[in-house]
Amino acid sequence: MTTHAPNLKAQKISGGVATDQRHDSAHKHVRGTAVYIDDMPEPSGTLHGCLGLSTATHATITSMDLSAVRAAPGVVDVLTASDVPGENDISPTGRHDEPVLATGKVQFFGQPIFCVIAETREQARRATRLAKVEYKELPFVTDIAALDPRKDKLVTPPLTLRRGDAAAAINAAPRRLKGKMRIGGQDHFYLEGQIAMAIPGEDQDVTIYSSTQHPSEIQHMVSHALGVPSHAVTVEIRRMGGAFGGKETQGNQFAALAAIAAKKHHRAVKIRPDRDDDMIATGKRHDFLVDYEVGFDNEGNILGVDFMFAARCGFSADLSGPVTDRALFHCDNTYFWPAVHAQSAPLYTNTVSNTAFRGFGGPQGMVGAERVIDEVAFAVGKDPLEIRKKNFYGTSDRNITPYHQTVEDNIIHRIVAELEASCDYARRRRTIESFNVNSRFIKRGLALTPVKFGISFTATHYNQAGALVHVYTDGSVHLNHGGTEMGQGLYVKVAQVVAEEFQIDLDQVKITATTTGKVPNTSATAASSGSDLNGMAAQNAARQIKERLTNFAAEKYQVPRDQVLFLPNRVRIGNQEIAFADLVRQAYMARIQLSAAGFYKTPKIHWDRDKGEGRPFYYFAYGAACSEVSVDTLTGEYMVERTDILHETGRSLNRAIDLGQVEGGFIQGMGWLTTEELWWDDKGRLRTHAPSTYKIPLASDRPKIFNVTLADWPEASEPTVHRSKAVGEPPFPLGMSVLHALSDAVASVADHRICPRLDPPATPERVLMAIERLKWEAKANT
Amino acid sequence: MTRLKTRSEIRFILNGENVALTKVAPDETLLDWLRIERSLRGSKEGCAEGDCGACTVLVGRLSAGRLVYESVNACIRFLGSLDGTHVVTIEHLRGDGEKLHPAQQAMVDSHGSQCGFCTPGFVMSLYALWMRSPEPSDAAIEKALQGNLCRCTGYEAIMRAARAISSYGQAAKDPLAAERKAITSKLAAMKDGSRIEIGAGKQRLVVPVNADDLAAVLDNEPGATIVAGSTDVGLWVTKHMREISPAIFIGNLDGLCAISEDNGIISIGAGVTYTEAFSTLARRIPALGPLFDRIGGDQVRNMGTIGGNIANGSPIGDTPPPLIALGARLTLRRGNKRRTISLEDFFIAYGKQDRQPGEFVEAVHVPVPGSDTKFAVYKITKRRDEDITAALGAFLLTLASDGTVTDIRIAYGGMAATPKRAFGVEKALLGKAWTEATVEVAMAEYAKDFTPLTDMRASAEYRALAARNLLLRFFAETSATKAPIQISRYEAA
Repeated sequence: MTTHAPNLKAQKISGGVATDQRHDSAHKHVRGTAVYIDDMPEPSGTLHGCLGLSTATHATITSMDLSAVRAAPGVVDVLTASDVPGENDISPTGRHDEPVLATGKVQFFGQPIFCVIAETREQARRATRLAKVEYKELPFVTDIAALDPRKDKLVTPPLTLRRGDAAAAINAAPRRLKGKMRIGGQDHFYLEGQIAMAIPGEDQDVTIYSSTQHPSEIQHMVSHALGVPSHAVTVEIRRMGGAFGGKETQGNQFAALAAIAAKKHHRAVKIRPDRDDDMIATGKRHDFLVDYEVGFDNEGNILGVDFMFAARCGFSADLSGPVTDRALFHCDNTYFWPAVHAQSAPLYTNTVSNTAFRGFGGPQGMVGAERVIDEVAFAVGKDPLEIRKKNFYGTSDRNITPYHQTVEDNIIHRIVAELEASCDYARRRRTIESFNVNSRFIKRGLALTPVKFGISFTATHYNQAGALVHVYTDGSVHLNHGGTEMGQGLYVKVAQVVAEEFQIDLDQVKITATTTGKVPNTSATAASSGSDLNGMAAQNAARQIKERLTNFAAEKYQVPRDQVLFLPNRVRIGNQEIAFADLVRQAYMARIQLSAAGFYKTPKIHWDRDKGEGRPFYYFAYGAACSEVSVDTLTGEYMVERTDILHETGRSLNRAIDLGQVEGGFIQGMGWLTTEELWWDDKGRLRTHAPSTYKIPLASDRPKIFNVTLADWPEASEPTVHRSKAVGEPPFPLGMSVLHALSDAVASVADHRICPRLDPPATPERVLMAIERLKWEAKANT
Repeated sequence: MTRLKTRSEIRFILNGENVALTKVAPDETLLDWLRIERSLRGSKEGCAEGDCGACTVLVGRLSAGRLVYESVNACIRFLGSLDGTHVVTIEHLRGDGEKLHPAQQAMVDSHGSQCGFCTPGFVMSLYALWMRSPEPSDAAIEKALQGNLCRCTGYEAIMRAARAISSYGQAAKDPLAAERKAITSKLAAMKDGSRIEIGAGKQRLVVPVNADDLAAVLDNEPGATIVAGSTDVGLWVTKHMREISPAIFIGNLDGLCAISEDNGIISIGAGVTYTEAFSTLARRIPALGPLFDRIGGDQVRNMGTIGGNIANGSPIGDTPPPLIALGARLTLRRGNKRRTISLEDFFIAYGKQDRQPGEFVEAVHVPVPGSDTKFAVYKITKRRDEDITAALGAFLLTLASDGTVTDIRIAYGGMAATPKRAFGVEKALLGKAWTEATVEVAMAEYAKDFTPLTDMRASAEYRALAARNLLLRFFAETSATKAPIQISRYEAA
């Protein structure tokens, strides 16, 4: 960003809030000059690490001969568990169930058991393959379908939500049904893989450049692994090449190992796994098996619901507790369940430990809710959209969630009504019906699905943030906060907030790398909370400085405080105006402190997990999508013909950035529910661990017609930063509209009389098999 | 026999600079060299297997004397294959003065980057597209971006950028266009008629001067690895760390890159890339056009060769089944000895082909189907574009005037250990009336012809079912009907 002399006569600053600002690094992105960790110049003598991964799925290690590895060209060291000077654990929730390097026993295929340190990355990779490890195989389980969610081993305590007597309501209902659905997982496929570079300092110090959403956690994990105080460890991250939750805890291993090797050898150490190792050895979105039972009446009014959400968590807890909790928090989506009972089962499996991923379990909960809606719609023979609307939360009644929070800001009725009209749902529904009658092989489907997403970390203490703002004597501003930039535009949004506060042009605000040395004890940039929390913290810091400047000006110019006004790039003091920079300089000369640490904690929220009651969410974000697909009933191949989205982000800080989040979130959600399939073989090996086998959407998978609108009328009901709302996760489940449109097309082969129960990911194979099943059932029923 | 000149130096132009390398390992990739040796870190490694496009660079080369710039994946492109080329990386892009290049400015203004990691690769792909097609259709843009993955934007903003580039500048005034003459003559001068030989033992690479020289080199070193487009061999190195020395680089080799037609038979040299073959094949055998559009992305099609797709013997290569259905023949050469066999006979078993040591695939000969025939090829994948085949069926049907099947050739990929004919199905159709009833009877024969397996791409059940249904699709397409038979992204132009 080039700077220019501030315009002292401007009516408005350039780059304030509620303006469309491009990503602060866009110029560097397109030039290839934006620096990611692997692009940083390495200190001379930098060593490179490569993880040695388990080749058994569940086994005791009977012998580990690493002599050939050690003797390989360029190898400096081979780390094993015994080289961990502190605690051999990187469990983020303190459960001590996740070693840095496994010792004695391995619990999934691909678990890191050693780490080769060599002069070059190539040498480290080659040497890794020379290890001779012998295993005594133990029985393993990779698929949760083989497990009993009520009896089998869990990695963390389950959650139960209940309101009313669900069993009684279901039993008393005129109609009821039960079913089971499988919801697939998802690899993050951030384009920049995991990476850490550790540079040893004096004494116990180490500085780590880590591609992480959670620098404070990296700091803590590294300090535990090294056995040194947190103050010895500094973690810095300027930007990530994508993260999506995959860098909330999954960077710990790489950072810890790089730090251990760096301290041991007094040389910088970088670890960058290749794509296969990254996908094999790091966690993914949880896949679920959902058992559901629903009671309803002949009109499709739902009277009671019972859910069991069983999740494949992998071998350790990681974030599976809060992830499965959030699945339950979203098993209502936009619907009022008059009586509800919902349970989670975070199951232990011999697979990589699943982790955070955009939506954090919420989307899985919502997919379960939407299946229930579909079942009821087919059972009563009505358009699913009608059943959806019939069961929406009310605005003044029917508004208590399964976790006893009142939905106070419900706008789903208006969102859906506007979208239904703008996308011409009713007419297209009829057009598709007649198309399908006349088309033997190609069938069309249409679906409109709503989204309500709860905003706040459900671990209440995470809902805090800090910021550090310095104003320099030339009037330029240095901004730092605890949030991390992974492409979502957080840095520019927070800078806009600071520019707005000081009333200076955006290019006067320098956005700086996130580092634990400037803002301590930060929360992960996650839960869509980045702008909400860090924007408020930065605003708070700026306001402190502004307050001092105001007091100073009032005193120096002998005017009342309310006659000190911050105008664009200048300050009006009484009857005169001076440049912002001039006031700053005068304040400096008068020894006014021009730096402040800001802080924010989200008000109103509380959560009692044992009771399953509270207000875990500060507010909700809403949206809806309507998708139309065509399906080839001979092969199951399909195409998204059109998608219309209406999504809200409150009074947006930056609609250009928010639009990108909505478009990107939808496509990512669509990918999760369609072509992105994780596939383990019968030996427990993940076989989809590279883009050749794991298929995220391409440009040519976009809807042929893609109309995305940000509603311009909502504003946050709570006093959020400039009344904006979170946007990271809420658009992701809009992809459900594609799954349900596919389901609708499949249903047409049996005249919409049978619920297709199309489970995601709806690959062409799943679609074709569902078509065959429906044809067969339809025939059997006649 | 005249003695060939040899040299031990790879020469190319990197951006604006002449490069001459004498120490080149056969398995050294362009991306590692750019990033590690030259500290040019704008090109990123996203997958190291040619799928994500974050490493996309342009390689300019002389094709029939004409300078063409093509997007390629630097991660699986070997340095040894770059002799006589102009490598253009993201660092070389520039607009007027301090300005960004039009492709870059369009991306900035359209909010086309979020995390930015894939962005340099996208910019390079868009740049390549804009130079050859300044006002591209959406279909052309999507095709040009098949080899670039973005996980953040959902692509919509990138599409907006792609449509807008020409409003930021004219392709004709781009520096690469302005310097075309100078670069052409520089590259022509690099082709000095020398064979290149570098290194020994496990570090040996050879770049023959032409096809005859290749025959000589391979006759001497029959165990050498032949590297054409390296879209597969590249992964042997980056993924499996296999030794490929001695490696013989045959990309863009004189005498191996011709495509010609004689008496209704198209002969394709083994070094012809998918991109080069496309215009001829799509014109003469239109059903192959849509298939070629779904092989890899542009970067792979610009490197990968039909000869390589055949020679590597994969059961899921996309070109063998249609070529077998068409009755293609293959010329193999060792030294100056040539033999020509039926393509289907080349595939003996999984991993085993009828290629003797020292022998190489020289050309494939494809009969253009007659006007009395109907030919179709259908590829089934999890994701429509840039995906590896789960099952692929090719059909060549000849009907008598009374509607009797007088000849039928059906070949599949992904259904067996090799590309394979469906003889049982063919037999059930031959001599019968081409009706749905006949087709239904024949569909039952698939179970005897094929026993597909289950893997990450598809289950055996799905392969069997979808493969069988393709015959019904073929029947429907050969019969008059108004309703759509296949879904299509864009109506055929």
